[in-house]
Amino acid sequence: MITATRKPMEEILKSVEPFSKILLLGCNECVTVCHAGGRKEVALLGAALRLGRLQKGLPMEVEELTLERQCDPEYVEELSRTIDQYDAVCSMACGCGVQTIAERYPSMPVMPMVNTAFMGASESHGVWAERCAGCGDCVLGYTGGICPVARCSKRIFNGPCGGSTKGKCEISNDVDCAWQLIWDRLKELGQTELYSKLMEPKDWRTARDGGPRRIVREDMAL
Amino acid sequence: MSVNTPSKLEKMLKAGHQAVTSECGPPRGSAAEEIKEKAELIKDHVDAINITDNQTSVTRLCSLASCIHLKLAGLEPILQMVTRDRNRIAMQSDILGAASFDINNILCLSGDHQSFGDCSEGQNVHDLDSMQLIQTVRHMRDEGKFLGGDDIKRPPDMFVGAAANPFADPYEIRVPRLAKKVAAGVEFIQTQCIFNLDKFEQWLGEARDRGLLEQVYILAGLTPLKSAGMAKYMKNRVPGMDVPDEVVERIAGVPKEKQAEEGVKMCIESVQRLKDVEGVHGFHVMAIEWEEKVPEIVEGAGLYPRPKLD
Repeated sequence: MITATRKPMEEILKSVEPFSKILLLGCNECVTVCHAGGRKEVALLGAALRLGRLQKGLPMEVEELTLERQCDPEYVEELSRTIDQYDAVCSMACGCGVQTIAERYPSMPVMPMVNTAFMGASESHGVWAERCAGCGDCVLGYTGGICPVARCSKRIFNGPCGGSTKGKCEISNDVDCAWQLIWDRLKELGQTELYSKLMEPKDWRTARDGGPRRIVREDMAL
Repeated sequence: MSVNTPSKLEKMLKAGHQAVTSECGPPRGSAAEEIKEKAELIKDHVDAINITDNQTSVTRLCSLASCIHLKLAGLEPILQMVTRDRNRIAMQSDILGAASFDINNILCLSGDHQSFGDCSEGQNVHDLDSMQLIQTVRHMRDEGKFLGGDDIKRPPDMFVGAAANPFADPYEIRVPRLAKKVAAGVEFIQTQCIFNLDKFEQWLGEARDRGLLEQVYILAGLTPLKSAGMAKYMKNRVPGMDVPDEVVERIAGVPKEKQAEEGVKMCIESVQRLKDVEGVHGFHVMAIEWEEKVPEIVEGAGLYPRPKLD
Protein backbone atom coordinates (compact mmCIF):
# COMPACT_ATOMS: atom_id res chain seq x y z
CA MET A 1 0.00 0.00 0.00
CA ILE A 2 0.87 3.67 -0.19
CA THR A 3 1.89 5.00 3.20
CA ALA A 4 1.59 8.52 4.51
CA THR A 5 1.94 10.53 7.70
CA ARG A 6 -0.01 13.59 8.72
CA LYS A 7 1.68 16.93 8.22
CA PRO A 8 2.66 18.90 11.34
CA MET A 9 -0.27 20.87 12.79
CA GLU A 10 1.55 24.17 12.45
CA GLU A 11 2.04 23.65 8.71
CA ILE A 12 -1.59 22.57 8.30
CA LEU A 13 -2.91 25.62 10.14
CA LYS A 14 -0.76 27.90 8.02
CA SER A 15 -1.97 26.28 4.82
CA VAL A 16 -5.66 26.82 5.69
CA GLU A 17 -5.21 30.41 6.92
CA PRO A 18 -6.99 31.99 3.93
CA PHE A 19 -10.11 29.80 4.26
CA SER A 20 -13.21 30.01 6.44
CA LYS A 21 -15.09 26.92 5.24
CA ILE A 22 -13.35 23.74 4.15
CA LEU A 23 -14.16 20.18 3.24
CA LEU A 24 -11.83 17.82 5.10
CA LEU A 25 -11.71 14.81 2.87
CA GLY A 26 -10.43 11.37 3.86
CA CYS A 27 -9.92 8.23 1.83
CA ASN A 28 -10.99 4.74 2.74
CA GLU A 29 -8.04 2.98 1.11
CA CYS A 30 -4.30 2.94 1.91
CA VAL A 31 -4.29 5.98 4.20
CA THR A 32 -7.01 4.34 6.28
CA VAL A 33 -4.92 1.18 6.66
CA CYS A 34 -1.84 3.15 7.71
CA HIS A 35 -3.90 5.37 10.03
CA ALA A 36 -3.01 8.62 8.31
CA GLY A 37 -6.17 9.79 6.52
CA GLY A 38 -9.17 7.56 7.08
CA ARG A 39 -12.49 8.37 8.77
CA LYS A 40 -10.93 8.35 12.23
CA GLU A 41 -8.06 10.67 11.31
CA VAL A 42 -10.48 13.00 9.52
CA ALA A 43 -12.49 13.32 12.75
CA LEU A 44 -9.36 13.95 14.80
CA LEU A 45 -7.93 16.54 12.46
CA GLY A 46 -11.36 18.14 12.04
CA ALA A 47 -11.62 18.70 15.78
CA ALA A 48 -8.05 19.97 15.99
CA LEU A 49 -8.59 22.40 13.13
CA ARG A 50 -11.77 23.85 14.61
CA LEU A 51 -10.08 24.27 17.95
CA GLY A 52 -6.89 25.68 16.45
CA ARG A 53 -8.83 28.31 14.53
CA LEU A 54 -11.00 29.16 17.50
CA GLN A 55 -7.89 29.79 19.56
CA LYS A 56 -6.69 32.22 16.91
CA GLY A 57 -10.06 33.99 17.03
CA LEU A 58 -10.75 32.98 13.43
CA PRO A 59 -13.31 30.19 13.55
CA MET A 60 -13.46 27.93 10.52
CA GLU A 61 -16.25 25.65 9.38
CA VAL A 62 -14.96 22.15 8.77
CA GLU A 63 -17.16 19.62 6.99
CA GLU A 64 -15.89 16.03 7.22
CA LEU A 65 -16.25 13.36 4.57
CA THR A 66 -14.37 10.19 3.64
CA LEU A 67 -14.58 8.87 0.11
CA GLU A 68 -14.28 5.21 -0.78
CA ARG A 69 -11.29 5.94 -3.01
CA GLN A 70 -9.94 9.42 -3.68
CA CYS A 71 -7.79 8.37 -6.62
CA ASP A 72 -10.82 7.12 -8.52
CA PRO A 73 -12.84 9.61 -10.62
CA GLU A 74 -16.00 7.60 -9.98
CA TYR A 75 -15.95 8.34 -6.26
CA VAL A 76 -14.58 11.86 -6.63
CA GLU A 77 -17.61 12.67 -8.78
CA GLU A 78 -19.74 12.40 -5.62
CA LEU A 79 -18.55 15.86 -4.61
CA SER A 80 -19.79 17.62 -7.73
CA ARG A 81 -23.08 18.86 -6.32
CA THR A 82 -21.76 20.16 -3.00
CA ILE A 83 -18.18 21.23 -3.56
CA ASP A 84 -18.94 24.83 -4.53
CA GLN A 85 -19.93 25.71 -0.98
CA TYR A 86 -16.36 25.32 0.29
CA ASP A 87 -13.36 27.63 0.05
CA ALA A 88 -11.03 24.67 -0.27
CA VAL A 89 -10.74 20.91 -0.04
CA CYS A 90 -8.23 19.67 2.54
CA SER A 91 -7.34 16.20 1.43
CA MET A 92 -6.06 13.51 3.74
CA ALA A 93 -5.49 11.12 0.86
CA CYS A 94 -2.10 10.37 -0.70
CA GLY A 95 -0.76 12.58 -3.48
CA CYS A 96 -2.75 10.57 -6.02
CA GLY A 97 -6.00 11.46 -4.30
CA VAL A 98 -5.10 15.13 -3.97
CA GLN A 99 -4.38 15.31 -7.68
CA THR A 100 -7.53 13.50 -8.70
CA ILE A 101 -9.53 16.17 -6.83
CA ALA A 102 -7.45 18.96 -8.38
CA GLU A 103 -7.97 17.58 -11.85
CA ARG A 104 -11.73 17.12 -11.52
CA TYR A 105 -12.38 20.47 -9.82
CA PRO A 106 -10.05 22.95 -11.52
CA SER A 107 -11.23 26.06 -9.68
CA MET A 108 -11.17 24.53 -6.18
CA PRO A 109 -7.99 24.89 -4.09
CA VAL A 110 -6.85 21.50 -2.72
CA MET A 111 -4.44 21.40 0.21
CA PRO A 112 -2.58 18.22 1.19
CA MET A 113 -2.91 17.30 4.86
CA VAL A 114 -0.52 14.33 4.74
CA ASN A 115 2.97 13.68 3.40
CA THR A 116 2.86 10.68 1.10
CA ALA A 117 5.80 8.48 1.99
CA PHE A 118 6.37 5.18 0.18
CA MET A 119 4.97 1.89 -1.04
CA GLY A 120 5.39 -0.41 1.88
CA ALA A 121 4.05 -3.13 4.08
CA SER A 122 3.29 -3.41 7.75
CA GLU A 123 6.16 -4.99 9.70
CA SER A 124 4.36 -5.01 13.02
CA HIS A 125 1.55 -3.06 14.67
CA GLY A 126 2.22 0.61 14.02
CA VAL A 127 5.33 0.02 11.88
CA TRP A 128 5.42 0.29 8.10
CA ALA A 129 8.50 -0.13 5.95
CA GLU A 130 9.37 0.53 2.33
CA ARG A 131 9.21 -2.52 0.11
CA CYS A 132 8.78 -1.40 -3.49
CA ALA A 133 10.21 1.47 -5.52
CA GLY A 134 7.95 0.88 -8.50
CA CYS A 135 10.91 0.61 -10.88
CA GLY A 136 8.74 -1.08 -13.49
CA ASP A 137 10.94 -4.14 -14.05
CA CYS A 138 10.70 -6.49 -11.10
CA VAL A 139 13.79 -8.50 -10.13
CA LEU A 140 12.40 -10.10 -6.97
CA GLY A 141 12.57 -13.52 -8.61
CA TYR A 142 16.38 -13.27 -8.70
CA THR A 143 16.89 -11.68 -5.32
CA GLY A 144 15.11 -14.03 -2.98
CA GLY A 145 11.99 -11.90 -2.83
CA ILE A 146 13.84 -8.91 -1.33
CA CYS A 147 14.12 -5.76 -3.40
CA PRO A 148 17.57 -4.20 -3.86
CA VAL A 149 16.09 -1.06 -5.43
CA ALA A 150 13.77 -0.24 -2.55
CA ARG A 151 15.72 -1.73 0.34
CA CYS A 152 19.43 -1.15 -0.40
CA SER A 153 20.39 2.42 0.51
CA LYS A 154 22.51 2.56 -2.65
CA ARG A 155 20.03 0.54 -4.71
CA ILE A 156 22.94 -1.57 -5.93
CA PHE A 157 22.27 -4.65 -7.99
CA ASN A 158 25.43 -6.56 -7.19
CA GLY A 159 25.74 -6.02 -3.46
CA PRO A 160 26.44 -5.94 -0.66
CA CYS A 161 28.77 -2.95 -0.59
CA GLY A 162 31.69 -2.79 1.80
CA GLY A 163 29.63 -0.98 4.40
CA SER A 164 27.50 -3.97 5.43
CA THR A 165 28.18 -4.75 9.08
CA LYS A 166 26.51 -7.46 11.15
CA GLY A 167 23.46 -7.46 8.93
CA LYS A 168 23.03 -3.69 9.09
CA CYS A 169 23.45 -0.95 6.52
CA GLU A 170 26.26 1.59 6.82
CA ILE A 171 23.75 4.42 7.13
CA SER A 172 22.20 3.21 10.38
CA ASN A 173 21.91 0.29 12.76
CA ASP A 174 18.16 0.63 12.34
CA VAL A 175 18.37 -0.30 8.66
CA ASP A 176 18.84 -3.90 7.58
CA CYS A 177 21.38 -4.56 4.84
CA ALA A 178 19.17 -5.65 1.94
CA TRP A 179 21.96 -7.76 0.48
CA GLN A 180 22.45 -9.61 3.74
CA LEU A 181 18.71 -10.38 3.66
CA ILE A 182 18.93 -11.41 0.01
CA TRP A 183 21.89 -13.70 0.67
CA ASP A 184 20.24 -15.27 3.72
CA ARG A 185 17.03 -15.93 1.79
CA LEU A 186 18.87 -17.34 -1.24
CA LYS A 187 20.64 -19.73 1.13
CA GLU A 188 17.32 -20.70 2.66
CA LEU A 189 15.97 -21.38 -0.82
CA GLY A 190 19.08 -23.26 -1.93
CA GLN A 191 19.52 -20.65 -4.70
CA THR A 192 22.89 -19.06 -3.92
CA GLU A 193 23.93 -19.70 -7.53
CA LEU A 194 21.62 -16.81 -8.42
CA TYR A 195 24.05 -14.50 -6.61
CA SER A 196 26.82 -15.29 -9.07
CA LYS A 197 24.71 -13.89 -11.91
CA LEU A 198 26.17 -10.50 -12.76
CA MET A 199 23.27 -8.09 -12.97
CA GLU A 200 23.74 -5.79 -15.95
CA PRO A 201 23.17 -2.01 -15.88
CA LYS A 202 19.48 -1.47 -15.34
CA ASP A 203 17.21 0.10 -17.91
CA TRP A 204 15.70 2.85 -15.78
CA ARG A 205 13.26 3.92 -18.49
CA THR A 206 10.61 1.78 -16.83
CA ALA A 207 11.17 3.72 -13.61
CA ARG A 208 10.48 7.42 -12.99
CA ASP A 209 13.70 8.24 -14.89
CA GLY A 210 11.90 7.61 -18.18
CA GLY A 211 9.46 10.41 -17.41
CA PRO A 212 5.99 10.23 -15.84
CA ARG A 213 4.48 6.82 -16.47
CA ARG A 214 1.08 5.62 -17.63
CA ILE A 215 -0.48 2.22 -18.11
CA VAL A 216 -2.88 1.96 -21.03
CA ARG A 217 -4.90 -1.22 -21.25
CA GLU A 218 -6.39 -1.23 -24.74
CA ASP A 219 -8.55 -4.20 -23.81
CA MET A 220 -10.21 -2.20 -21.04
CA ALA A 221 -10.36 1.29 -22.53
CA LEU A 222 -13.88 2.49 -23.33
CA MET B 1 45.85 -11.41 -17.19
CA SER B 2 46.60 -10.13 -20.63
CA VAL B 3 45.79 -6.46 -20.33
CA ASN B 4 48.09 -4.13 -22.09
CA THR B 5 47.44 -0.51 -21.34
CA PRO B 6 50.02 2.28 -21.01
CA SER B 7 49.46 2.18 -17.24
CA LYS B 8 52.67 2.29 -15.28
CA LEU B 9 50.96 0.34 -12.52
CA GLU B 10 50.03 -2.43 -14.92
CA LYS B 11 53.55 -2.55 -16.29
CA MET B 12 54.99 -2.80 -12.79
CA LEU B 13 52.67 -5.67 -11.91
CA LYS B 14 53.24 -7.45 -15.21
CA ALA B 15 56.99 -7.23 -14.71
CA GLY B 16 56.44 -9.23 -11.53
CA HIS B 17 57.35 -6.44 -9.11
CA GLN B 18 55.48 -5.80 -5.89
CA ALA B 19 53.60 -2.61 -6.70
CA VAL B 20 53.11 0.23 -4.25
CA THR B 21 50.25 2.69 -4.47
CA SER B 22 49.01 5.30 -2.08
CA GLU B 23 46.29 7.88 -2.04
CA CYS B 24 45.70 11.57 -1.58
CA GLY B 25 42.47 13.31 -0.73
CA PRO B 26 41.81 16.56 -2.62
CA PRO B 27 41.35 19.79 -0.67
CA ARG B 28 38.06 21.45 0.25
CA GLY B 29 38.77 24.34 -2.03
CA SER B 30 40.30 25.10 -5.38
CA ALA B 31 43.97 25.35 -4.35
CA ALA B 32 45.56 22.68 -6.50
CA GLU B 33 48.90 23.18 -4.77
CA GLU B 34 47.65 21.18 -1.80
CA ILE B 35 47.10 18.01 -3.79
CA LYS B 36 50.34 18.50 -5.70
CA GLU B 37 52.27 18.98 -2.46
CA LYS B 38 50.79 15.80 -0.99
CA ALA B 39 51.69 13.88 -4.13
CA GLU B 40 55.21 15.31 -4.14
CA LEU B 41 55.76 13.87 -0.66
CA ILE B 42 55.19 10.34 -1.87
CA LYS B 43 55.92 10.31 -5.57
CA ASP B 44 59.33 8.66 -5.38
CA HIS B 45 58.06 5.89 -3.14
CA VAL B 46 54.95 4.77 -5.01
CA ASP B 47 54.10 3.65 -8.53
CA ALA B 48 50.73 5.32 -8.72
CA ILE B 49 48.59 7.64 -6.61
CA ASN B 50 44.86 7.26 -6.05
CA ILE B 51 42.86 10.43 -5.89
CA THR B 52 39.76 9.96 -3.81
CA ASP B 53 36.35 10.99 -5.15
CA ASN B 54 34.58 13.08 -2.51
CA GLN B 55 35.47 10.53 0.15
CA THR B 56 33.06 10.09 3.04
CA SER B 57 30.65 12.08 0.86
CA VAL B 58 32.25 15.39 1.81
CA THR B 59 32.37 17.80 -1.12
CA ARG B 60 35.89 18.48 -2.34
CA LEU B 61 37.91 19.42 -5.38
CA CYS B 62 37.02 16.71 -7.90
CA SER B 63 39.08 13.61 -8.44
CA LEU B 64 39.30 14.16 -12.18
CA ALA B 65 40.77 17.67 -11.97
CA SER B 66 43.15 16.54 -9.23
CA CYS B 67 44.30 13.63 -11.39
CA ILE B 68 44.92 16.04 -14.25
CA HIS B 69 47.09 18.22 -12.01
CA LEU B 70 49.14 15.15 -11.06
CA LYS B 71 49.38 13.92 -14.63
CA LEU B 72 50.60 17.32 -15.81
CA ALA B 73 53.22 17.16 -13.07
CA GLY B 74 54.46 13.91 -14.57
CA LEU B 75 52.95 11.58 -11.96
CA GLU B 76 50.79 8.46 -12.37
CA PRO B 77 47.28 9.04 -10.99
CA ILE B 78 44.54 6.50 -10.36
CA LEU B 79 41.15 8.11 -10.91
CA GLN B 80 38.75 7.00 -8.20
CA MET B 81 35.17 7.15 -9.40
CA VAL B 82 32.15 6.51 -7.22
CA THR B 83 28.71 5.74 -8.61
CA ARG B 84 26.96 7.79 -5.92
CA ASP B 85 26.95 11.18 -7.62
CA ARG B 86 26.80 10.71 -11.37
CA ASN B 87 24.68 8.85 -13.85
CA ARG B 88 26.06 6.84 -16.76
CA ILE B 89 26.24 9.87 -19.04
CA ALA B 90 28.39 11.80 -16.57
CA MET B 91 30.60 8.84 -15.73
CA GLN B 92 31.32 7.92 -19.33
CA SER B 93 31.97 11.58 -20.03
CA ASP B 94 34.41 11.87 -17.11
CA ILE B 95 36.16 8.67 -18.21
CA LEU B 96 36.72 10.27 -21.61
CA GLY B 97 37.86 13.46 -19.92
CA ALA B 98 40.44 11.48 -17.99
CA ALA B 99 41.45 9.57 -21.10
CA SER B 100 41.98 12.85 -22.94
CA PHE B 101 44.79 13.58 -20.47
CA ASP B 102 46.06 9.99 -20.79
CA ILE B 103 45.07 9.06 -17.28
CA ASN B 104 45.45 5.32 -17.49
CA ASN B 105 44.10 3.94 -14.22
CA ILE B 106 40.62 3.94 -12.76
CA LEU B 107 39.23 2.57 -9.53
CA CYS B 108 35.51 1.80 -9.67
CA LEU B 109 33.64 2.24 -6.38
CA SER B 110 30.11 2.68 -5.14
CA GLY B 111 31.14 5.29 -2.54
CA ASP B 112 30.01 6.02 0.99
CA HIS B 113 26.37 6.91 1.38
CA GLN B 114 25.80 10.67 1.14
CA SER B 115 24.30 10.71 4.63
CA PHE B 116 27.87 10.71 6.01
CA GLY B 117 28.84 13.93 4.29
CA ASP B 118 28.07 17.61 4.05
CA CYS B 119 25.17 17.21 1.61
CA SER B 120 23.06 14.53 3.23
CA GLU B 121 20.02 16.22 1.67
CA GLY B 122 21.29 15.37 -1.79
CA GLN B 123 20.10 12.69 -4.17
CA ASN B 124 21.60 9.24 -4.26
CA VAL B 125 22.25 8.44 -7.91
CA HIS B 126 23.64 4.91 -8.28
CA ASP B 127 22.44 4.62 -11.85
CA LEU B 128 25.17 1.96 -12.09
CA ASP B 129 26.80 0.09 -9.24
CA SER B 130 30.55 -0.43 -8.90
CA MET B 131 30.36 -3.78 -10.69
CA GLN B 132 28.53 -2.21 -13.62
CA LEU B 133 31.03 0.67 -13.71
CA ILE B 134 33.80 -1.91 -14.14
CA GLN B 135 31.82 -3.40 -17.03
CA THR B 136 31.33 0.07 -18.48
CA VAL B 137 35.03 0.98 -18.53
CA ARG B 138 35.95 -2.40 -19.98
CA HIS B 139 33.27 -2.02 -22.63
CA MET B 140 34.48 1.46 -23.55
CA ARG B 141 38.09 0.32 -23.70
CA ASP B 142 37.77 -3.13 -25.26
CA GLU B 143 34.85 -2.60 -27.62
CA GLY B 144 35.58 1.07 -28.24
CA LYS B 145 31.90 1.78 -27.72
CA PHE B 146 29.66 3.78 -25.43
CA LEU B 147 27.08 1.92 -23.37
CA GLY B 148 24.55 3.21 -25.87
CA GLY B 149 26.35 1.33 -28.64
CA ASP B 150 27.94 4.18 -30.60
CA ASP B 151 31.64 4.12 -31.47
CA ILE B 152 34.10 6.11 -29.38
CA LYS B 153 36.78 7.99 -31.26
CA ARG B 154 40.01 7.29 -29.38
CA PRO B 155 38.59 5.03 -26.61
CA PRO B 156 39.98 5.23 -23.07
CA ASP B 157 42.98 3.00 -22.43
CA MET B 158 42.68 2.32 -18.74
CA PHE B 159 43.82 -0.32 -16.31
CA VAL B 160 40.64 -1.14 -14.43
CA GLY B 161 40.56 -1.54 -10.67
CA ALA B 162 38.09 -1.88 -7.86
CA ALA B 163 38.06 -2.24 -4.12
CA ALA B 164 37.39 -5.35 -2.11
CA ASN B 165 36.59 -5.52 1.55
CA PRO B 166 37.33 -8.97 2.98
CA PHE B 167 36.01 -7.79 6.35
CA ALA B 168 32.50 -6.63 5.57
CA ASP B 169 29.56 -8.87 6.27
CA PRO B 170 28.39 -11.43 5.39
CA TYR B 171 31.90 -12.89 5.19
CA GLU B 172 30.82 -15.87 3.12
CA ILE B 173 29.77 -13.58 0.29
CA ARG B 174 33.14 -11.78 0.10
CA VAL B 175 34.91 -14.25 -2.19
CA PRO B 176 31.83 -14.77 -4.41
CA ARG B 177 31.65 -10.99 -4.70
CA LEU B 178 35.30 -10.81 -5.72
CA ALA B 179 34.50 -13.49 -8.30
CA LYS B 180 31.74 -11.26 -9.63
CA LYS B 181 34.11 -8.31 -9.92
CA VAL B 182 36.54 -10.52 -11.80
CA ALA B 183 33.70 -11.67 -14.08
CA ALA B 184 32.78 -8.01 -14.61
CA GLY B 185 36.33 -7.43 -15.84
CA VAL B 186 38.32 -5.98 -12.96
CA GLU B 187 42.09 -6.19 -13.41
CA PHE B 188 43.44 -4.99 -10.07
CA ILE B 189 42.03 -4.84 -6.58
CA GLN B 190 42.96 -2.56 -3.72
CA THR B 191 41.61 -3.96 -0.49
CA GLN B 192 40.08 -2.25 2.51
CA CYS B 193 42.58 -1.50 5.33
CA ILE B 194 43.85 -4.79 6.70
CA PHE B 195 44.31 -5.03 10.46
CA ASN B 196 43.14 -8.62 10.80
CA LEU B 197 45.88 -10.34 8.79
CA ASP B 198 44.67 -13.85 9.58
CA LYS B 199 41.26 -13.14 8.14
CA PHE B 200 42.78 -11.48 5.08
CA GLU B 201 44.92 -14.56 4.45
CA GLN B 202 41.88 -16.79 4.88
CA TRP B 203 40.01 -14.70 2.29
CA LEU B 204 42.97 -14.90 -0.11
CA GLY B 205 43.14 -18.66 0.38
CA GLU B 206 39.49 -19.00 -0.53
CA ALA B 207 40.02 -16.73 -3.55
CA ARG B 208 42.91 -18.98 -4.60
CA ASP B 209 40.71 -22.06 -4.26
CA ARG B 210 38.25 -20.47 -6.66
CA GLY B 211 41.04 -19.76 -9.14
CA LEU B 212 40.70 -16.01 -8.77
CA LEU B 213 44.29 -15.17 -7.93
CA GLU B 214 45.45 -15.90 -11.47
CA GLN B 215 42.86 -13.52 -12.83
CA VAL B 216 43.39 -10.35 -10.83
CA TYR B 217 46.25 -8.45 -9.19
CA ILE B 218 45.56 -7.88 -5.51
CA LEU B 219 47.14 -4.99 -3.66
CA ALA B 220 46.81 -5.32 0.10
CA GLY B 221 45.45 -2.15 1.70
CA LEU B 222 47.27 -0.93 4.77
CA THR B 223 46.75 2.07 7.02
CA PRO B 224 49.22 3.18 9.68
CA LEU B 225 47.48 3.91 12.95
CA LYS B 226 48.33 7.29 14.45
CA SER B 227 47.07 6.61 17.93
CA ALA B 228 45.09 4.27 20.14
CA GLY B 229 42.17 6.64 19.70
CA MET B 230 42.25 6.16 15.95
CA ALA B 231 42.43 2.38 16.39
CA LYS B 232 39.37 2.43 18.62
CA TYR B 233 37.52 4.75 16.30
CA MET B 234 38.19 2.51 13.31
CA LYS B 235 37.22 -0.56 15.29
CA ASN B 236 33.95 0.82 16.61
CA ARG B 237 32.79 3.52 14.26
CA VAL B 238 33.87 2.75 10.71
CA PRO B 239 31.45 0.40 8.92
CA GLY B 240 33.02 -2.74 7.49
CA MET B 241 36.32 -2.38 9.40
CA ASP B 242 37.86 -5.24 11.37
CA VAL B 243 40.41 -4.10 13.97
CA PRO B 244 41.21 -6.99 16.32
CA ASP B 245 41.53 -6.33 20.05
CA GLU B 246 45.23 -7.21 20.05
CA VAL B 247 45.91 -4.41 17.55
CA VAL B 248 44.15 -1.86 19.76
CA GLU B 249 45.88 -3.25 22.86
CA ARG B 250 49.32 -3.10 21.26
CA ILE B 251 49.09 0.55 20.27
CA ALA B 252 47.33 1.48 23.52
CA GLY B 253 50.13 -0.26 25.39
CA VAL B 254 52.77 2.29 24.47
CA PRO B 255 52.93 5.86 25.81
CA LYS B 256 50.87 8.39 23.87
CA GLU B 257 53.88 10.15 22.37
CA LYS B 258 55.19 6.85 21.00
CA GLN B 259 51.90 5.60 19.53
CA ALA B 260 52.39 7.10 16.07
CA GLU B 261 55.81 5.47 15.84
CA GLU B 262 54.31 2.16 16.96
CA GLY B 263 51.55 2.49 14.34
CA VAL B 264 54.12 2.93 11.57
CA LYS B 265 56.07 -0.05 12.91
CA MET B 266 52.93 -2.21 12.90
CA CYS B 267 52.19 -1.18 9.33
CA ILE B 268 55.71 -2.12 8.22
CA GLU B 269 55.40 -5.49 9.96
CA SER B 270 52.14 -6.12 8.10
CA VAL B 271 53.85 -5.46 4.75
CA GLN B 272 56.69 -7.77 5.70
CA ARG B 273 54.31 -10.57 6.65
CA LEU B 274 52.12 -10.22 3.57
CA LYS B 275 54.90 -9.65 1.02
CA ASP B 276 55.42 -13.33 0.42
CA VAL B 277 51.81 -14.44 0.64
CA GLU B 278 50.55 -15.99 -2.58
CA GLY B 279 48.27 -13.63 -4.46
CA VAL B 280 49.57 -10.41 -2.89
CA HIS B 281 50.99 -8.39 -5.77
CA GLY B 282 51.67 -5.23 -3.89
CA PHE B 283 50.44 -2.74 -1.33
CA HIS B 284 48.09 0.17 -1.21
CA VAL B 285 49.19 2.42 1.66
CA MET B 286 46.39 4.64 2.89
CA ALA B 287 48.03 7.07 5.30
CA ILE B 288 44.97 9.16 6.03
CA GLU B 289 46.04 12.83 6.15
CA TRP B 290 49.48 11.49 7.04
CA GLU B 291 51.04 11.22 3.59
CA GLU B 292 54.47 12.20 4.91
CA LYS B 293 54.75 8.80 6.59
CA VAL B 294 54.41 6.84 3.33
CA PRO B 295 58.13 7.05 2.42
CA GLU B 296 59.13 5.78 5.87
CA ILE B 297 56.74 2.82 5.58
CA VAL B 298 57.82 1.93 2.05
CA GLU B 299 61.50 2.16 2.98
CA GLY B 300 61.01 0.30 6.25
CA ALA B 301 59.24 -2.51 4.43
CA GLY B 302 62.11 -2.91 1.98
CA LEU B 303 60.09 -1.74 -1.02
CA TYR B 304 62.41 1.16 -1.81
CA PRO B 305 63.87 2.12 -4.21
CA ARG B 306 61.02 1.47 -6.58
CA PRO B 307 62.00 -0.64 -9.58
CA LYS B 308 62.62 1.29 -12.79
CA LEU B 309 60.57 0.37 -15.83
CA ASP B 310 62.09 0.34 -19.30
